[in-house]
Formats: sequence, structure tokens, C-alpha cells
Amino acid sequence: MGDSAADDSKIPITVDFSGGLEILFSNQRHYALSLPAADKDGSPSTIKSLVGYLLKELIKDPRQDLFVLDGHIRPGILVLINNADWELEGEEDYELQAGDNIFFVSTLHGG
Amino acid sequence: MAPALCAVCKTARALIKRPKNHAKLCKTCFITIFEDEVHHTIISSKLFFPGEKVAIGASGGKDSTVLASVLKTLNERHGYGLDLVLLSIDEGIKGYRDDSLETVKKNAIDYDMPLKVVGYDELYGWTMDQVVETIGKKGNCTYCGVFRRQALDRGAKMLGIKHVVTGHNADDVAETVLMNLLRGDLPRLSRSTSIITGDSRSEVKRSKPLKYSYEKEIVLYAHHKKLLYFTTECIYSPEAFRGSARGLIKQLERVRPSSILDIVRSGEDMARLVPGASSSGCGCKGKEDAPLTAEEEEVGGGCGSSAGRPPGGEMAAMDRQLRENEEAEGLEIDVAKTMASKQEPKRELPIRNSNSKPTTQQVLGNCRLCGYMSSQDICQACTLLEGLNKNRAQIQI
Ligand SMILES: [Zn+2]
Ligand SMILES: [Zn+2]
Repeated sequence: MGDSAADDSKIPITVDFSGGLEILFSNQRHYALSLPAADKDGSPSTIKSLVGYLLKELIKDPRQDLFVLDGHIRPGILVLINNADWELEGEEDYELQAGDNIFFVSTLHGG
Repeated sequence: MAPALCAVCKTARALIKRPKNHAKLCKTCFITIFEDEVHHTIISSKLFFPGEKVAIGASGGKDSTVLASVLKTLNERHGYGLDLVLLSIDEGIKGYRDDSLETVKKNAIDYDMPLKVVGYDELYGWTMDQVVETIGKKGNCTYCGVFRRQALDRGAKMLGIKHVVTGHNADDVAETVLMNLLRGDLPRLSRSTSIITGDSRSEVKRSKPLKYSYEKEIVLYAHHKKLLYFTTECIYSPEAFRGSARGLIKQLERVRPSSILDIVRSGEDMARLVPGASSSGCGCKGKEDAPLTAEEEEVGGGCGSSAGRPPGGEMAAMDRQLRENEEAEGLEIDVAKTMASKQEPKRELPIRNSNSKPTTQQVLGNCRLCGYMSSQDICQACTLLEGLNKNRAQIQI
């Protein structure tokens, strides 16, 4: 899927937060976002790019370390890509496709 | 990459990768297997008897919501004949329980179960908001935890129910094992691995049917079954999971997902080497459940994980150990036998007891003030209440 890598158009995706993570994102669970199709270096946008975007543009709460720890999604937060465990999809390196839904859910809150 | 197919049905797309064995499963097969495994735990540990009235400790959170859903499903599927009731505790924290109680009410309708809500104010004369007003935010999780454990039992008693199930999961148990390992508290470690707490001497039995269920799978089960649950940090302990044993568990899981169950199993194996300790676990191994009081349970149950050992706990633990050391005399032999019969290499593991040798025998009795089962004259809740009430008296003067 590398052909579109140089394309600098945007990719529309939806992002959902649950399990308490929505608290970090202005208490809003659902977002429709438009991400650059490629990173600055021209490589296709990945989950990693999305996380960088979320930290830069979307997170309002100062407690960013509840979402990202040492540069990676905090252990205990599950990521689903189109409802599939991101471990089945390449985790942070998964290349975003138009229409993808990325779902972040924390398991860290009380039960 | 091409989507992976389910390892069981080989037709549907795999959506779940199981932490315990890396199996890739579709949604339907995952839900079935998750339920089957809880059923296996229930049957092999002989948790219930037909016609038993069981209260589900319901917080509105993911664990108790999944527990209620799974128990309803299994009760109908396998004809357990259980009479299930939702039991909720209102700690009296403004803005914290209000929404979660709404969730529990919705669950009660969805699962067609009666709901009983018991407030700290009616049980103890104190809401958590009032406790915090009096003692400050530091250490209040201890109060909350001690009060909650009794609250479930007392609520159950009010309903005439002798069995309370809670949503404690494998991550909770692993966390407790680790914390007690770090403290060097093997007796408490062994008790914390038990699937059933309380015995004929206690009026209310406690058990954890989700003891072997990963928190990750509980969240995924709720997600894929579209269960409604409520999440919020307890506003009095927002930092509870930072830098905690819980954080460590999650990091271990990221590196090697089977770690969590491995820690649980290790805890169970260590438990068998501790005098008077429970072994519990999957009844497949034909183990017995050891008696212990509900107030010995350490897992925080929704209030974060940083709750320390309650005041008085050290003394209580010491008292119990005195008793247990006496009762445990034949155990090392049993352990040796078991090992020999399994053809395992013979080992000698030194057991370190932090306390002196037994001098007195403690008899498990009831709290002098409230009648709750306690190994001490006055139970933990009443001890805390005494302190609180003294404070209140001083303020009034
Ligand atoms: Zn399948
Ligand atoms: Zn008492």
C-alpha cells in the first residue's frame, strides 16, 4: 500500500475513547478526525502518528502520562483497530486507512 | 496484511488475541470460551449449590457488570438454579456513586435482577465525604475499603443471603500476590489467592468467579457484548494506579501476557507452603478452600490499588498466624507427599515466619461491638469508627 505514501491528502478516521480515557479528552468519547496521509518524512501515517496527533491537538488534560508512557500507549490501555485487537494488526506501526475506527479503552479504572 | 482467521471456527475474522495463550479468536468464539472458562471455575471450585441465593457485589464498573452478565447467562445455560440479586454499596461520595448507581439500576433492569443499595451512612453513621472532612484525603482509602468489605456482608445479611460474589479478576489477584510478596507477607499472600473466603463460622461466604479472567478479556467481553458499564476514577484516589503494583502488572503483561496467570498460579503454589494457608484455585487439583475472614481480603475492589494495610491489620495478622501455626502442623508432610506423588524432585523450602512461635491460641469470634466475624475483640471497622467518633466528639466540643 506504499503507492499512496507520497500523497499529502488527508485520511478521514474516527477515534473513540472509553473506560475512563474520555476524561482526558474533554469528556468526549467520539471524534471524527482528518489526519495527514503521510508523516513529515513521507512515510504513511500510522497509529504512532495518530497518537502524536492526539497528544498535540486533542488531549486537554495535563495528565498525558495516563495515556502515553515513555512514548508508547500506556500498558493497560487496549487499542482496537476496526474492532480488532491492535496486536493482530501490527500495533503502533499499523498504517491508517480511510474510514478506520480506532478505539482506545482503559482497563485501569475500578471495576 | 490479510486478516487472521479464528483459530476455533476457522471461518470468521479473528478480533481477539488472548493474553493467556495468544490464541486468535473471533468475537463469537471468544465470548463462548470466556463464558466456558468461568463455568469451569465455578464447577471445579464448587462455588454454588442449586437453589442458592447469591448477591452480586455490583459497583456499576466493568468487572461486576461482566460478572452479573456472565452469571445470568451461565445460570440459565447450565441450570445452576441460582437466585441472583445485585447488591450495591453507596459510600456517600457526592458525584462518584450517583452516576454509577444509575448504571447499576440499568443493569438490574437489563439482567432482570432485584437491586439492593446499602449506604455507609445507614451502616456506620458516616458517609465517606464526612470521613474525608474529618481525617483528610490521606488514608481514606483504608476506611473506604474496610467499610466496603463489611458493607457487602451486612447488606447480604439484611437480604437473608449467605453468599456474595465479587468481580475480582486475575489482574487483581496477581496484584495482591505481588504486593504481599514485596512486603514479605507470605501468609497474607496465600490467603489472597483463595477463591472462596469465609467458612461455616462466618455468616456470609465470599467468592470470586472471575479469579482466572484477565482484566483485558473482561473489558473486551463487555465491549463485544455491548454491556453498559460506568468508569470513573474514585475522586479521592485519582493517583491510585500510578507507580503501583498494578502498573507493574500491566507492564509485565505487555512484555509477556501470560505473566498475570503465572503470578496467580505462583501465588497458589506458594500458598500451599504456608502454614494454615488456603490453596484454592481451580478445583481440578482437588484442593480445599481454607477459611478466612472477609476482612482479610486485600484487593481494593474499585478504589484503586494503593490502599494500605488497615490499621490493626498487623496485629490481626499476627494473631491469626499464631493460630494457624498450630493448625498447620501436619501440612509440610502433606506437601511433601503431594510432591512425591507427582514425581517431582524433592525440595526443601524454608518457611520463614516473621512472628515468634505460637504461645496462645486465638479463637475466631465475633466483634464485641457489632457482632461481625472477627479474629479480634473489636473488628477493623469498629476500630476505625471509634477513632472517627472520637474526632467527631472533639470537633463538637
Ligand atoms: Zn470463531
Ligand atoms: Zn465490629
